[in-house]
Amino acid sequence: MALQSIIDRRLAGKNKSIGNRERFMRRYKDQIREAVRRAVDGRGIRDLERGEEVRIPKKDLSEPVFHHASGGVREAVHPGNQEYIQGDRIKRPPGGQGGGSGKGQASDQGEGEDDFSFALSKEEFMQVFFEDLALPHLVRTQLAETPEFKTHRAGYSSDGTPNNLHVVRSLRGAIGRRLAIGSGSRRELAELEAELAIAQAAAEAGDAAAKQALPMLTERVTALRERLSRIPYLDPIDLRFRSRVKVPVPTSKAVMFCLMDVSGSMDEGRKELSKRFFILLYLFLTRHYEKIEIVFIRHHTQAQEVDEENFFHARETGGTVVSSALVLMDEIIRARYSPSEWNIYGAQASDGDNWHHDSGRCREILAQQILPMCRYFAYVQVAEEEQNLWEEYTQLAQGQPHFAMRKATAADQIYPVFRDLFKKEGAAQAA
Amino acid sequence: MPTPPSTDAAPAALPAVAAVVPAAPERPLTGPLPLTRTPHRLPAPSDWTFELIEQYHDVIRHTAQRYGLDTYPNQLEIITAEQMMDAYASVGMPVNYRHWSYGKEFISTEKNYKRGAMGLAYEIVINSNPCISYLMEENTMPMQALVIAHAAYGHNSFFKGNYLFRMWTDASSIIDYLVYAKNYVAECEERHGLDVVEEFLDSCHALQNHGVDRYRRPARKTLAQELSARKDREAYAQQQVNDLWRTLPRQAERAEGPAEARRFPDEPQENLLYFIEKNAPLLEPWQREIVRIVRKVAQYFYPQRQTQVMNEGWATFWHHRLLNQMYDDGYLADGVMIEWLKSHTNVVYQPKVGDRGYSGFNPYALGFAIYTDLKRICEAPTDEDRAWFPDIAGTPWVPALDHAMRNYKDESFIGQYLSPKLMREFRMFAILDDDKQSEIEVSAIHDDSGYRRVREALSRQYDLGSREPNIQVWNVNLRGDRSLTLRHFQHNDRPLDDSANEVLKHVARLWGFGVHLESANGKGDVTKRWTVPAPAH
Repeated sequence: MALQSIIDRRLAGKNKSIGNRERFMRRYKDQIREAVRRAVDGRGIRDLERGEEVRIPKKDLSEPVFHHASGGVREAVHPGNQEYIQGDRIKRPPGGQGGGSGKGQASDQGEGEDDFSFALSKEEFMQVFFEDLALPHLVRTQLAETPEFKTHRAGYSSDGTPNNLHVVRSLRGAIGRRLAIGSGSRRELAELEAELAIAQAAAEAGDAAAKQALPMLTERVTALRERLSRIPYLDPIDLRFRSRVKVPVPTSKAVMFCLMDVSGSMDEGRKELSKRFFILLYLFLTRHYEKIEIVFIRHHTQAQEVDEENFFHARETGGTVVSSALVLMDEIIRARYSPSEWNIYGAQASDGDNWHHDSGRCREILAQQILPMCRYFAYVQVAEEEQNLWEEYTQLAQGQPHFAMRKATAADQIYPVFRDLFKKEGAAQAA
Repeated sequence: MPTPPSTDAAPAALPAVAAVVPAAPERPLTGPLPLTRTPHRLPAPSDWTFELIEQYHDVIRHTAQRYGLDTYPNQLEIITAEQMMDAYASVGMPVNYRHWSYGKEFISTEKNYKRGAMGLAYEIVINSNPCISYLMEENTMPMQALVIAHAAYGHNSFFKGNYLFRMWTDASSIIDYLVYAKNYVAECEERHGLDVVEEFLDSCHALQNHGVDRYRRPARKTLAQELSARKDREAYAQQQVNDLWRTLPRQAERAEGPAEARRFPDEPQENLLYFIEKNAPLLEPWQREIVRIVRKVAQYFYPQRQTQVMNEGWATFWHHRLLNQMYDDGYLADGVMIEWLKSHTNVVYQPKVGDRGYSGFNPYALGFAIYTDLKRICEAPTDEDRAWFPDIAGTPWVPALDHAMRNYKDESFIGQYLSPKLMREFRMFAILDDDKQSEIEVSAIHDDSGYRRVREALSRQYDLGSREPNIQVWNVNLRGDRSLTLRHFQHNDRPLDDSANEVLKHVARLWGFGVHLESANGKGDVTKRWTVPAPAH
């Protein structure tokens, strides 16, 4: 008989198609990047990290081959004749030939077909997002990885490795078990021993019946003693191990202030750019803090605390007084976020336009009130021209290590604003 | 020193060995061999185990041998649904070179499967030696039995027996070749860059269907043949030398016609990829090798594209026959039968024209019906059958089916074996669609005057030659801009789709110079032209 083989392949070679999938993604990078960009604009800062459905028009995906168009003479056979006889003439059904009859690839012609859509995984989504921001690799891995874990003791468990064996607990358990298992036998033994002593006494006294009962009693006593001696001193079920659980390192809380100019000169493009700037800081913070609160402050001539939706999408007009936002931030900190409890981060985006008498005041508020309470404050100017706010801030930047500023007119220019922040972190990790 | 066996003894020993292994009889049996073991009821739980598969397989193998099914050795592999999707995506092969289009296939399969829009195929079987059949882990035990009978004995024997597969595929080397192809493409990607290789593969894939040989090339002559042919030629030339003729004035040398009148190649060639591989002026050696790989893979799948009805029908017929035989022998329980028969009925369901979900003939249904009908014609022929199939009516059915499986492809198989009874049962009718007429016409139905026409029309429908446009290499402008001209020979005036222009861009990329495509009607007049300029170098 020939040797027949049944092979279990289930464990081998999963995800063989991953290489092909990567090639597919590579080819449609532009469409995917566009989809990610749209998704980022539509999503809240907090729920950035999930996958996304990407749609690609079918015609972009087609692999052309030579094939027939409709027309000419063709004869096709169909099953299920109900009413026709030879020679019947039928109106041509709309939409071309009546059933292509097994024509394999008729599917990439014709219109109105659905787009090809597929889901980007969370990792893929973030990868594309990071690529857009031109993040260096070190930073990318920092952001993409889950934070480090610390192990903590968490009581005792009945299994574990020998190095975690807790001797005292194990022995305590063993004693209890020995007591519990042996108690019945021991009681019986005590009774029998008493009986035996009485019987012996009686036998010595010359009681024949007692004498006869003696060997039986002795036997039972020995049997019980043996059973008791068979109870193990230490059994595997007695063992107790120190249990350790992993918990993520970040344990403190942070608050992030997003300050944005919403005066008439901030158009949608600038707001989108600002949003990326806020997202990046938020992502950084999520790696380091367990609990993060975000405060959105928008301002024109007056500042206002708003929710995220209004922050990014409502439009205002009018002049600009930047200091109003800083004052409000200061007030909020004092009222709700005591610097001794919270790590405070500030992120400010503006097109640099400010009422010229106000810029000096901004510098003062920052230097004297806000910066001393902040862990980090980053300012990004989403426009090219340098105005007086920029000049004032430049003076400030020289003396303040945790103040960063930068001009950004495209998404890939945002990262450098945070360079110091990430660098510090990298150095700290290396140490 | 041991004495060598005498020369006389050796041939005598051979038949004895052959007698021990009766697995592959020279001629097909005239009917099933008798049952040689005492049957026992196989356990029928719904979950499978390796031991159970082993037991079922053993009985199925034994039953198949009784019918004389000649197969490659079987290798059954248990895989998960994910792996099934992987296999789907790389055209069913266990290994293949990397390309984005397979990724696309995978993504859409995965999406549909996860949404529950489609079930996965129960099985995939690979035409290789040993023949690999994938059994999916989710299948129940009765389904595994069905798959083993269907794939490991039905398809397997078809791969081994059908003439197209014997001629065009080499089952023992395909896996090795694909491993080689995968590594080669990976190496090219490393050396020349992903983009370059990907673009090039795209272009090759566009011509995949026009990269197959439909007929064998003449074998290259051996040195000995070459030498003897030369001798013949010399002898003949010697005979022609006759000084007498030299005195005649030489005919004025025939002006060799306008140079364009001679075309290159002399005869049109239909294997576009082969022509490009051998003649494209600018291709690098690695590019020629990639053209070759795509061409070889296309050639490997060419028989499968031509034998869908026959192949699926054959496998379906045999799982049906084998499992029924096992039931009759007492191996199978009723529950097992009900379960596989339910899938079987789904598989051979043929929606009628106009039904929701109608998309032409179901190859499983058609093939299964023809083989089953063939068996009926052999066993219980009617007068009609005797008139239509005089040579097989009333003969043993096993050899008749074996012959049908070995020597036909879909087109000729239907042309030969579709019986009037089946045409009536399927209620087949032929529709003639002429774009010059305002209405379409029912050209024939399942009646006496229509049988032959319906059968012919259906047979032609399975002719790859008429399904795909006939495009051939027509000419290369050798003296001018080196542009390549392809010609589309219209069949029944059916025009070429305008997407041809996209394909031509790919041809131009392969050829390296401008490319023209002419579409010629039956009279040889060119009715339409497409031109793509030389790609920028």
